[in-house]
Amino acid sequence: MEIKPPIPVIPPPAWEEVKDLQEWVKYRQERPGGDQVSEAVQGLWDRLEHFPGGWLAVSSTTKVFNWARKSSMWPVTFGLACCAIEMMATFASRFDVERFGMVPWASPRHADLMIVSGTVTIKMAPMLKRIYEQMADPKWCISMGSCANSGGPFRHGYHVVKGVDRVVPVDVYVPGCPPTPESLMFGILKLHERVAEYQQTGRRSAPGAPSD
Amino acid sequence: MTAETAIARLREGLGIEATGEDPKRPLDARHLVVTVPVERWIEGLGFARDTLGCRYFCHLTAVDWKAEGFEVVCRVESLETHLGLTVKTRIPREAPCPSLTGLYRGALWMERECYELFGIRFEGHPDLRRLLLPEDWEGYPLRKDYAVDTPHPPYR
Repeated sequence: MEIKPPIPVIPPPAWEEVKDLQEWVKYRQERPGGDQVSEAVQGLWDRLEHFPGGWLAVSSTTKVFNWARKSSMWPVTFGLACCAIEMMATFASRFDVERFGMVPWASPRHADLMIVSGTVTIKMAPMLKRIYEQMADPKWCISMGSCANSGGPFRHGYHVVKGVDRVVPVDVYVPGCPPTPESLMFGILKLHERVAEYQQTGRRSAPGAPSD
Repeated sequence: MTAETAIARLREGLGIEATGEDPKRPLDARHLVVTVPVERWIEGLGFARDTLGCRYFCHLTAVDWKAEGFEVVCRVESLETHLGLTVKTRIPREAPCPSLTGLYRGALWMERECYELFGIRFEGHPDLRRLLLPEDWEGYPLRKDYAVDTPHPPYR
């Protein structure tokens, strides 16, 4: 008599069939036109880039500008819930972020990073979008904690938005409930790598782009 | 005040038996449960406030027992004598409930919250309107027949 092997043969997961990923792809916010840049500066830059030998000037100044952007990235203080306490811990003296040049600034007009820390409710979501729109380009967004990533422990609640990327486009997701200050610091440094790849003409690297 | 004293005073004053919260644990004066019919809701809580000295109004909420109606649960405490009384009453599904704002001022916002989440109307409440949900919300979220994933565009 033939004995069947006891090990079940499970097919490997095809990631497109996972329902949550499909939902994420469907609802994720993207910037439709890319970052806003001034047309005059853009034209000047393009002409310089196509000038013979101009690529050297463009690429080295782009490196300098990106270094300046990442070294002085001011977060707008957007602490919504318990993750805000870990964000405050990161901003405080032990895990200092001011040594990276990040001064938490309350006004969104002067800030260029929004760390969404905490649960985003349906009532709060339009306000969050309004604050994000008030920030000037180039701006980045870090989604901190599981509530901002995907709705978190309250995902199936009647009042919760399932992730802040349904409201604003997100660059870095930091997992945790709440993420420790070291995790948030790692997310901030990864954002610095993304900023280093940010090009003068406003093109960003894709969210899944590999980094070393 | 001990639990037995409180139970005896409730029995003489209201004629209702109070029980402990958990039958497996010994009787504790800080966790007593009384079930009051809805016609004697205000009378019972007035007795708790005046005679038993429970002047601290902890919270008021409701439980949805689907076909059997709602059960309004309220907890009052006496901080001096360490007495905690959970008072419950059953009301049918679309029926109103008398409001406790005449007795306890703290019931004002709690009854508003209960109204907006369950749909229980409180008669005699001076200002019954929604407290926490946004103005354009439809439905009563904490009822059992409210679908949790009701779409709420544009963010859900």
